[in-house]
Amino acid sequence: MPKLHNKELNISNIGLRAFSENIQESGGSSTHVDWQPPAGGDREIGSKLADLVNHERIEAANHEAFARYLAANPVLVGVGVAREDLPDMDGKIILHAGAPVDWNDMCGPMRGAILGAVIYEGWAENLVDAEKMAVDGEIRFDPCHHHNAVGPMAGIISPSMPVWIVNNTEHGNQGFTTLNEGLGKVLRFGANSPEVIERLKWMEKSLAPTLNSAIQKTGPIELKPLIGQALHMGDEVHNRNAAGSSLLIKKLVVGALDSDAVQNEIKQMVSFIAGNDHFFLNLSMPSCKVMLDAAHGVPNSSMVTAMARNGVKFGIRVSGLSDQWFTTPAPVVDGLYFPGYSIDDAAADLGDSAITETAGLGGFAMAASPAITQFVGGSPADALVQSRYMRNITIGTNSQFTLPALDFAPTAAGIDVRKVVDTSILPVVNTGIAHKEAGVGQIGAGITSAPLDVFVQTIASLHQSVISSA
Amino acid sequence: MLKKHRIRKNHYSDSVALMRVAADLEMLPGIFQATAIMATEANLELARAVDLVDDFIEAQPNNLLIAVIAQDETAAAAAFAQAEMQMENVGSNGDSYATIELEAKSIAMSVERDPELNLALISCPGDYAAAEAKKALNLGLHVMLFSDNVSVEEEVDIKTIGLAKDLLVMGPDCGTAIINGLPLGFANVVADGPVGIVAASGTGLQQVSSLLSQWGTGISQAIGTGGRDLNAEVGGISMIQGLEALFEDDKTEVIVIVSKPPSDEVAEKILGFAQAGTKPVIACFLGYEYKKNDNIVQFARTLDDAAELAYAKVNNGNAPNRMNFKIGSVNETFNQNKNQKYVRGVYSGGTFCYEAQFILRDFLGPVWSSTPVEKAFQLKDSWTSQEHTIIDLGDDEFTQGRPHPMIDHRTRHERILQEAADPETAVILFDVVIGYGSHANPAAEILISIEGARNIAAKEKRQIYFVGFVCGTDLDPQNFTKQIETLKSGGVHLAESNTNAARLAASLIVTQSSQRN
Repeated sequence: MPKLHNKELNISNIGLRAFSENIQESGGSSTHVDWQPPAGGDREIGSKLADLVNHERIEAANHEAFARYLAANPVLVGVGVAREDLPDMDGKIILHAGAPVDWNDMCGPMRGAILGAVIYEGWAENLVDAEKMAVDGEIRFDPCHHHNAVGPMAGIISPSMPVWIVNNTEHGNQGFTTLNEGLGKVLRFGANSPEVIERLKWMEKSLAPTLNSAIQKTGPIELKPLIGQALHMGDEVHNRNAAGSSLLIKKLVVGALDSDAVQNEIKQMVSFIAGNDHFFLNLSMPSCKVMLDAAHGVPNSSMVTAMARNGVKFGIRVSGLSDQWFTTPAPVVDGLYFPGYSIDDAAADLGDSAITETAGLGGFAMAASPAITQFVGGSPADALVQSRYMRNITIGTNSQFTLPALDFAPTAAGIDVRKVVDTSILPVVNTGIAHKEAGVGQIGAGITSAPLDVFVQTIASLHQSVISSA
Repeated sequence: MLKKHRIRKNHYSDSVALMRVAADLEMLPGIFQATAIMATEANLELARAVDLVDDFIEAQPNNLLIAVIAQDETAAAAAFAQAEMQMENVGSNGDSYATIELEAKSIAMSVERDPELNLALISCPGDYAAAEAKKALNLGLHVMLFSDNVSVEEEVDIKTIGLAKDLLVMGPDCGTAIINGLPLGFANVVADGPVGIVAASGTGLQQVSSLLSQWGTGISQAIGTGGRDLNAEVGGISMIQGLEALFEDDKTEVIVIVSKPPSDEVAEKILGFAQAGTKPVIACFLGYEYKKNDNIVQFARTLDDAAELAYAKVNNGNAPNRMNFKIGSVNETFNQNKNQKYVRGVYSGGTFCYEAQFILRDFLGPVWSSTPVEKAFQLKDSWTSQEHTIIDLGDDEFTQGRPHPMIDHRTRHERILQEAADPETAVILFDVVIGYGSHANPAAEILISIEGARNIAAKEKRQIYFVGFVCGTDLDPQNFTKQIETLKSGGVHLAESNTNAARLAASLIVTQSSQRN
């Protein structure tokens, strides 16, 4: 029999606010819920969602997935080559950001970057021939995510490119990302002029070996403490990586000087990193990737393990839903634009870098980086609210990443699709904005949110796997 | 004249708040018509029906749509500005975001913040209510489901889950409950005491609890079950749970159960369960041909009887000290036309409407209704009365796109004037329900209608009797005595309960016709 009496009533009030006020007036305790129809008003999905709320199989699975995410220990072990270190890289293959996308559907910057990569690989002499190869289907395109890798913006990885190798020493999986090229005319924004290709060649021939020998002397570098420290120095390790990049140089310089590398190459390496405040982004990304891959594949888990944009679609993957992508048209970011550019010039949201938000960094750690909010027109107070608010859609918090401005509160981490769909609170994503035409580069930055629809889509699949086939 | 609309994306407001906004907009100069709705297909259909919006409109269910028919652009712009302002002012106190914790956005989120929460009071639109109830149950909360328009399949589904988890589900369409002294939903503030109630009828629960409280005997718990709980499909799951709860509640000495007549099978199940207990049970299955009383279960035919029997049980068999209304003498010669033969009941409470029908039927013969006791007397057109007619203006049919008559008097006002214009109307019978959730001063509102009705009748040299009662207590914010005084000042013939009001209306008709003969 229901034990209701002899117990103080504490009410959760959904709907008419007046009912809550009446209860309080009568001396009772009531919490009003600022409710709106879940799942964007889709009744069928809303009903399925109800079955999943506090479901014991999902709770147990999320507990495990989240524990794996927390336990993961990303360590930088060296710089390798995509062809040799990434799985399944034989032949003419080019990896890109986001979910699978055909050449015909790709956005301008991604196409430009791919053509640049074809020339860089020496598969074609010029852009016309390169494009013919792409159109004729001579090149295999595949998401970075399918090869344990992530890439910022267009996210292009071709077989000869040098890649950071990040090992998760706890679970044994690996993550990879290319080396960051800096700002301006760069491949990841679709630029493919000779200077771009030349820089890529230098990175392959000089920067990569120098970095690698420095790391071999320094020894493996644990990345979580580095990220944690960067958060305390004003980075959120997505849109701001100034502190992380500086910390990295500190680690590498002594190793480089100890190594057999030629002094000139060390000098070039240091000045290149010193001139590129985003250098560390390409290490925060694979760190997040290995943590989340460790959490991926737990049956019945509703934890998001990837958010990625291919310039056309915004896609997510969920731990308990194998390797399925859920996609929806990528939003165009309404951010702040560099002078001379506007939202009309912008490509739709692009890049695998939302892996940082997925791992509880970036937009989820905004409170660490007041500079970023200012950059996009908000106040530091907004950043605090934003960071705290994300706690409502996550499985837990990560005490390895703390936010000084919030009394060293841990960042919110482990997005739960059920909570997003139930509350309509959308994961916040900090992002750079690329010009829609190849090669122009970054034209702004902003704060956007992951589209609700992509989370709504996961509910039916989750319901199917947790309830129907149980 | 201009037809204009505006859309706010991802802004949800409940329909009551929106209808207040719309009503305020219609008061503005140069605005002929206004609506504020969540742009669901059903709502859009209603707006199209009154030609407030065009056939094709780009709006999603999560969009708030404000539409007006205005004299000119300026009037429309002013209306939109006012609507914006009203919506901004709801729930915002101007503090900076950083200092206030935003409200929870879901039941799960509210529970995560406060694990002590143990009952969800759900009044969101019916389309979404079953899902919210299920979430609450999955989170271990008891449920009071105020929302209506929840299907019977969904009701069975939710109640089965509740039963398995040992959680109480009150509703759907459960308007009122009093748990541990707290008034939930549309509830009256009643005295604490030894009588426990389980009711499948909101207004029935309010009537019994208010009468007892006014007589000086209080209520331990008043549990609502929703109107369909005793149907064959649901089988009285909530009523059994409620009885069980009251059996174990130390404060409860006597139990009153209230419902429309259940199917024989369900009645047997409920009564069998009641008889297995040790506490006396007063069973009021309105109009039900009662079986023999035994030492546990006693039957009451009307709400008034139920309250009186319960009173006697806890007061050594004494009768309550009833209010004495000085009503105008029925025998006075009233200037009524010989065509004035019929009672017209305009109710806001569904159970009152039902009870009035079977009481009047006993005295006067057939009674028509949009929600008839007997199917044969279904009104052909709910909006037009014939012969003796009793309608419930709180029924879904009358509340589509309009607030409930307990909150907003407009629908009832129009109907009272319509009845007054009918030369066959002799008596207009009505209820005034007070308590939390109801209008702040319903008696004053109804006086305006009565005055309008009298003027209409006077033009044709007719007079109409008004018979009413107030359901509520002196502890209610509107105050029972104040409401009674207001009605008295308007010359209303008053009764203490719905049961007695219906009897009074019937006797007025009988007396009039005998005087004429």
